[in-house]
Amino acid sequence: MGNAFEIRNLNVYYGQHQVLYDVNMNIRERAVTAIIGPSGCGKSTLLRCLNRMHDLQPGVRVTGEVRFKGRNIYDDDVDPMEIRYRIGMVFQKPNPFPKSIFENVAFGPRINGYRGNLNELVERCLRQAALWDEVKDRLHASALSLSGGQQQRLCLARALAVEPEVILMDEPASALDPISTAKLEDLILELKSRYTIVLVTHNMQQAGRVADETAFFLNGRLIEMGPTREMFANPREKKTEEYLTGRFG
Amino acid sequence: MANAVAEGRDLRVSPRWRDAQKRRERWIARLLLLAGLVSVLTTVGIVLTLTVDTVQFFQQVSLWEFLTDDKWTPLFTPKHFGILPLLNGTFLVAVGSALVAVPLGLGSAIYLSEYASDRVRRVVKPLLEILAGIPTVVYGYFALTYITPLLRRYIENLEVFNALSACIAVGVMIIPTVSSLSEDAMVAVPRSLREAAYALGATRLEVALKVVVPAAFSGIVAAIILAVSRAVGESMIVALAAGSTPKLTLNPLESIQTMTGFIVQVSQGDVGYGTVEYYSIYAVGMALFLVTLAMNLFARWVVRRYQEGVRA
Amino acid sequence: MTGEWQRRRRVRQRLDRIFAAVFLLAIALSLLTLVVLLWDVVRDGARWLRWEFLTSYPSRIPERAGILVPLVGSLWVIGLTALIALPLGVAAAVYLEFYAGDSWLSRLIEANIANLAGVPSIVYGLLGLAIFVRGLHLGRSVLAAALTMTLLVLPVIIVATREALRSVPVSLIHGAYALGATRWQVIRTVVLPTAAGSIMTGVILAISRALGETAPMITIGAWAFITFLPRHPLDGFSVLPIQIFNWAARPQPAFQQLAAAGIVVLLAVLLSLNAVAIWLRNKYQKKAEW
Ligand SMILES: Nc1ncnc2c1ncn2[C@@H]1O[C@H](COP(=O)(O)OP(=O)(O)O)[C@@H](O)[C@H]1O
Ligand SMILES: [Mg+2]
Repeated sequence: MGNAFEIRNLNVYYGQHQVLYDVNMNIRERAVTAIIGPSGCGKSTLLRCLNRMHDLQPGVRVTGEVRFKGRNIYDDDVDPMEIRYRIGMVFQKPNPFPKSIFENVAFGPRINGYRGNLNELVERCLRQAALWDEVKDRLHASALSLSGGQQQRLCLARALAVEPEVILMDEPASALDPISTAKLEDLILELKSRYTIVLVTHNMQQAGRVADETAFFLNGRLIEMGPTREMFANPREKKTEEYLTGRFG
Repeated sequence: MANAVAEGRDLRVSPRWRDAQKRRERWIARLLLLAGLVSVLTTVGIVLTLTVDTVQFFQQVSLWEFLTDDKWTPLFTPKHFGILPLLNGTFLVAVGSALVAVPLGLGSAIYLSEYASDRVRRVVKPLLEILAGIPTVVYGYFALTYITPLLRRYIENLEVFNALSACIAVGVMIIPTVSSLSEDAMVAVPRSLREAAYALGATRLEVALKVVVPAAFSGIVAAIILAVSRAVGESMIVALAAGSTPKLTLNPLESIQTMTGFIVQVSQGDVGYGTVEYYSIYAVGMALFLVTLAMNLFARWVVRRYQEGVRA
Repeated sequence: MTGEWQRRRRVRQRLDRIFAAVFLLAIALSLLTLVVLLWDVVRDGARWLRWEFLTSYPSRIPERAGILVPLVGSLWVIGLTALIALPLGVAAAVYLEFYAGDSWLSRLIEANIANLAGVPSIVYGLLGLAIFVRGLHLGRSVLAAALTMTLLVLPVIIVATREALRSVPVSLIHGAYALGATRWQVIRTVVLPTAAGSIMTGVILAISRALGETAPMITIGAWAFITFLPRHPLDGFSVLPIQIFNWAARPQPAFQQLAAAGIVVLLAVLLSLNAVAIWLRNKYQKKAEW
């Protein structure tokens, strides 16, 4: 299998403050890649480089390359809307729009000029997100009436509705209870046959359960990356071992 | 599967559709900018109209007369165009209303910021704000039909139209400007300063007067300047209650006229376009605009200078 | 020594209590004025506050005079003002919040808005007279008045709208961008619907300010004695505050009482507008919490 992303010499600065240092890594297609590391090490920052969310924030500077399917998404002629449309994102805290469940899922297709059957699409995405059975009778109720776990799965369905190639998830389970978390992890495992998934988590067990590959970050640097099982059983770097054994973080 | 999905998408979002979308985005950005520029155009419009008609005015009246003549009688002969009496009236009302609003507004602000509980504050603040929301013509009516008769019971030589009633009504109107802006400044004083003083055994009064008010001083000054500039620009109270007799006097018991009062008086009648009377309201309007602009800029300068002082 | 200190402490505490009372008195006096003003107006106007007062045309005979024409005129003016000022103000606020960034242009616009908020309303009247009444030949019409009022309330609307826009959670905005939405799509589909409640509240409060404005209306030449209802934006008109001003300026007590009755009507309209604004705000807040 090929690479979805090839990250080369990536540096990110918030104003004067550098948060990512010379990151080089590949992210495999149709696999789950976990990004782990202690809080503040730059996981979210890295994730947001992958769909150019940093463009929305003044004062953020990105240097280096992020090649998506061989193409550097930071090239001048790349349209960030197009990138974000092809690369979906699920945020740390569920952020459904204050609209109906249906309208939340239909949002992406609508703004991207979808002409097919919206009802079918919405149903398919809600099923993929394992939410259909819970909401099929109240599609036009407010999305805010759902529980936190349901809201997060709705956000996943919303991201799926534009049929992205990649789904970026930033600690998607951090605001959820254990049962919702388990459901979400099952979903991730199901989705990886069709999507490239990049999962930021500070929960090593979670990474161990769902990730094919894991990248460990510390203080803005990529310390080690490899197949999850190998890395967990046999870390090459001392810092990785210390982190995995809970010595810090 | 992934390929099918990818193909499906490429069929859906055609490059042409994206191009159209981009064009639309650019047009919308331009339209929004245009709306933003309306405020700039308004300023330009104000300055231009005032300037053009003021220039017309000064073709017929010399600047020297305007600035030094001590009579303002554009509506009768012999015509005099000295703005000093109008400035005098405006000054009288500004000072008089400040004498009413500053003690009441500051007292209210100190009470709300240093003494009142949260609950009291939440009830009283909006009530005070009502004073600023009442249309000025209502204050004018109140000054003319209530304050003046009331005062005339105690002050024998008070004229029917007089500066005093207007000062009181304008003063009440600007209380919320003084109180709410000063209170904002006082609330912004760091808790640690207050606590340090309390820890030394200071009473609330001492904390308020020796710590909070000095620390919030520039904000309070700015609040007062802004309030007075509102008094200067106020029209209807002075038009109804203060009279229409421009004169050089500091006696608040007499009838006077302010710059705004004069503009209202002339606008009521049917002054022909192009006459010197018509242009005179623009000359007076220019003076009014410059005075209030200066006060507003000064208030902002005071605040900014203070903020820089804090950061340094 | 200790005795002296304790005595001074008692004096200081007494001073503290006295001044607490003095400060409270300042609030009490301010609010008392408000009460007296309202009471005075209602008492003076009570005699004329009948249904016919609302439905009658103006008259030189106090008994027959009514407030219908200026009431309808006021509604025309504020309605038209809202229609023009709402899109303009919201568009300007959206521009400043989402498009302008930190350019010299945005700073220029912001400085202008701040300054315009401090310009006396009568100066707007002079502007309206020169530009709309004469320059654009709109005459002393409802439209000229509404355009003048638009310029007057625009800074207030822009400031209120910007605050409403800023209160939209960033997470929603980013959520929409992450789906590939363009800037305008994010604004149209997420930002504006979410902020609509507080925007409307701000706009209504700004418009209610226009309702009470008298001086600029006099300057652009609204007529006090007008005997027909406007049917058209280019028709002549009168407004409540002008009618009140004219009645109040007459020496006869009967007319002054009419002015008071007019004030009651004006305050009632103002109060209703504010009630709507508060209702909207509460409704919006409840939804936001939910
Ligand atoms: N908007 C921002 N402005 C300035 N610094 C930021 C910003 N966001 C994050 N940072 C800093 O960048 C570093 C990395 O943050 P982040 O990527 O959010 O870490 P993580 O997701 O691993 O917890 C942290 O030190 C954080 O303080
Ligand atoms: Mg993070």
